Amino acid sequence: MPIDYGTLRLIWWLLLGVLLIGFAIMDGFDLGAAMLHPFVPRNEKERRILLNTIGPVWEGNQIWFVLGGGAAFAAWPPLYATSFSGFYLAMFLVLCGFILRPVALTFRSKVEAANWRQGWDRAFFLSGLVPSLIFGVAFGNLFLGVPFHFDHELRLTYEGGLLGLLNPFALLCGLVSVAMLTMQGASYLALKSEGELSARAGRFGTWAAAALLVLFTLAGLWVAFGIEGYVLQSAPDPAGPSNPLLKSVGRQAGAWLENYHRQSWNLTAPVLAYAGVIAAALALRFKAPLIAFIGSSLSVAGVIATAGLSLFPFLLPSSSQPGHSLTVWDASSSQLTLFIMLGATLVFLPIVLAYTSWVFAVMRGTVTESTIEREADTLY
Amino acid sequence: MLDLDVVTLSRLQFALTALYHFLFVPLTLGLSLLLAIMESVYVMTGRTIWRDMVKFWGTLFGINFAMGVATGITMEFQFGTNWAYYSHYVGDIFGAPLAIEGLMAFFLEATFVGLFFFGWNRLSRTGHLAVTWLVALGSNFSALWILVANSWMQNPVGAHFNPQTMRMELSSFTEVLFNPVAQSKFVHTVSAGYVTGSVFVMAIGAYYMLRGRHREIARRSLTVAASFGLASALSVVVLGDESGYTAGFSQKMKIAAIEAMWETEPAPADFTLFGIPDTKTETTSHEVKLPWLLGLIATRSLDKPVPGIKPLVAVAEQRIRNGIDAYKWLAATGDKPPAEVPEALEGSMHDLGYTLLLKRIRPDVENATEAQMHDAALSTIPDVPVLFWSFRIMVALGFYFIALFSAAFYLACRRRCGKPWFLTLVLLSLPLPWIAAELGWIVAEYGRQPWIIDGIMPTFLGVSNVPAGNVLFSLAGFVLFYSTLAVIDLFLIVKYVRLGPKSGPDGKATGLFPAPAQ
Repeated sequence: MPIDYGTLRLIWWLLLGVLLIGFAIMDGFDLGAAMLHPFVPRNEKERRILLNTIGPVWEGNQIWFVLGGGAAFAAWPPLYATSFSGFYLAMFLVLCGFILRPVALTFRSKVEAANWRQGWDRAFFLSGLVPSLIFGVAFGNLFLGVPFHFDHELRLTYEGGLLGLLNPFALLCGLVSVAMLTMQGASYLALKSEGELSARAGRFGTWAAAALLVLFTLAGLWVAFGIEGYVLQSAPDPAGPSNPLLKSVGRQAGAWLENYHRQSWNLTAPVLAYAGVIAAALALRFKAPLIAFIGSSLSVAGVIATAGLSLFPFLLPSSSQPGHSLTVWDASSSQLTLFIMLGATLVFLPIVLAYTSWVFAVMRGTVTESTIEREADTLY
Repeated sequence: MLDLDVVTLSRLQFALTALYHFLFVPLTLGLSLLLAIMESVYVMTGRTIWRDMVKFWGTLFGINFAMGVATGITMEFQFGTNWAYYSHYVGDIFGAPLAIEGLMAFFLEATFVGLFFFGWNRLSRTGHLAVTWLVALGSNFSALWILVANSWMQNPVGAHFNPQTMRMELSSFTEVLFNPVAQSKFVHTVSAGYVTGSVFVMAIGAYYMLRGRHREIARRSLTVAASFGLASALSVVVLGDESGYTAGFSQKMKIAAIEAMWETEPAPADFTLFGIPDTKTETTSHEVKLPWLLGLIATRSLDKPVPGIKPLVAVAEQRIRNGIDAYKWLAATGDKPPAEVPEALEGSMHDLGYTLLLKRIRPDVENATEAQMHDAALSTIPDVPVLFWSFRIMVALGFYFIALFSAAFYLACRRRCGKPWFLTLVLLSLPLPWIAAELGWIVAEYGRQPWIIDGIMPTFLGVSNVPAGNVLFSLAGFVLFYSTLAVIDLFLIVKYVRLGPKSGPDGKATGLFPAPAQ
């Protein structure tokens, strides 16, 4: 095999991050738009405009999430199994959110009654809020660790429940996620609409960006001073077998900042997060929505990268048995599987990016009232 | 009384959500291709009535597609939420086709389906046609990869056990990809989807003809669906036969159970058309047999015997006994497991899955008694009566579809649509492909029991270690949620069928939504 196991694992950690960031940037604006749907549009026409800005692209965007789950399963099976079954009820709620979205969008405008539309509009809002909140909550819990252990046959026992996940720090991270994706949705809506609607979206986006700045800083301070991080004491061999039982892990105050101390280039991530959010806020204020969208997307990437780089090499720490934590070096698939999956990704991901760009190019331009009137029979 | 333990609840939930998901998938598979064919005719002939057809059938496609996507995400989640030990144990092999399905198929169909609906006024005729073909291609690719994954569960090739990671790991991706079970399953399943799409279009077309509405669109729809349907129905039956042949190698117990064949018949075995299997006496009464047919299907020969259930139980008992050495060795490896299984134990390792069947009876399987080993061997028999009847109804429906499409095709060739009684028959046939498809999955999955991976992992071992209450909650949630959505979905489909296609001089046909109140 031309690529050694340790390198393949590192590459797949990066790819998992790329897919997660891709999801947050692309489906993030769909989720954000759904969260803004009850507040930014002021009448039925404007509501339809919002729905049709995301209409042609949201199904493709959603696949970043599906692929993220698939990649977790293919490249990090213990992580997929532990997190999905451990966070069982939370995952069920996320799933309900994801099921509600396609049905709300497809069914909403198909019956003329007002209470039919209102019902589906409420469902649509929840389909944006619930996943956004829970993703943040889940991510926050990665910093705290969650209680699980394995037996000799690597059978998992997860010792916590849903309430354990809803602790104050994780809820703060949930709010960070909501603010971040609202900012992303608002930037996109400002870009794809005109006039009053676009201006209103811009104002909401500026507020969301401000909220993100404050909440992200709070979360960062909390991580630095209030959370005991995890450190590898006897590190697993990067090319060794994927068995989490073969290492020992300790806890240490401020350990989550170690990676930033050790390699200061990691600081580009939080810098990007801040630069992006400030650029987005300013650009929205000065009615430059394209720059705002780019800034917002860079900020999203920065926020997620900050978290990922801080946690490295931990994927899912165990608070009850730290030695059983899942790390990049002992929770991956086999070398052969990682290699084949890398090949498949290198072939298909560029193709996906190419035709996705083409679709966005075909659907370029704003959605206006006259668009809705002209093409009423083909739109949401 | 149903035992509400985690295993039963998880199995029930997976079965219900999978069967539910497969209400929408076959229609997506068939209708996407029919849309591509109709739009090709439009682009080649320039006759706008074909475009109106694409827009009309496309509206129904859109309603169905959304439900297919929504219920599909549930499936991707469920391996992790409810089958965590399975996901850990075989994820190294099973996860890859699912991820590739995302990369190659889901992105393709989901990205272009947006343009299919929203891009009519922005793309050239050929441009939009290409989009429609890409949606059809994407959904067919999707079927390929998920069936590669499922086929590995039925016939786990190209993998080995790694004692250091306590799981199965990939040895050869080519073996997994070119699994003979996968090849026949893929063509069989997409053909079933094509049959479903064709019956759907034909039934609604027949409805319009009976009502004397939208004659031009109905007639052309019937013609396309009859031709496409005939080819698909032939394909589904032939590939069903192929699946029977490959299962003759890899899943002998499943074949024997489907046939309710308790003893090995002398070659060439007869096919039992009708019978009443009795699991207590292990006999089948009132048999009506077709001579030689089973031998021909399962072995493609006249001299190879097809093993019966009871001899296969004896083989299973041997394998259960044989795997104990490997089990004891694994249990004793302690903290520093070795990289490879010792050569002397490789044979025993091959039977480890069978020994694991004992786990249901006692945790310390190495101390199992002869009686317990016999019980575990008996557990390798799936539910014979259910399989026997599911299979026969499915096959009968398959032949019925061939007859139905042949008649419709003949009429179409003669430029006739048929008498009212025939059109009514076509309309009443609407639910039948769904019944056949779901029965097919019951044969495939219920027939694989007690295994989640045939010969490697029993189903009961693969579940997540979650409280049964959680699974009961999610199961109830799905039943409520899905039932509501099904009612709404049907309501909308019926509404849009009643509204019918619109076509006029300006070509403004029914799109995704009615015009908003001005």
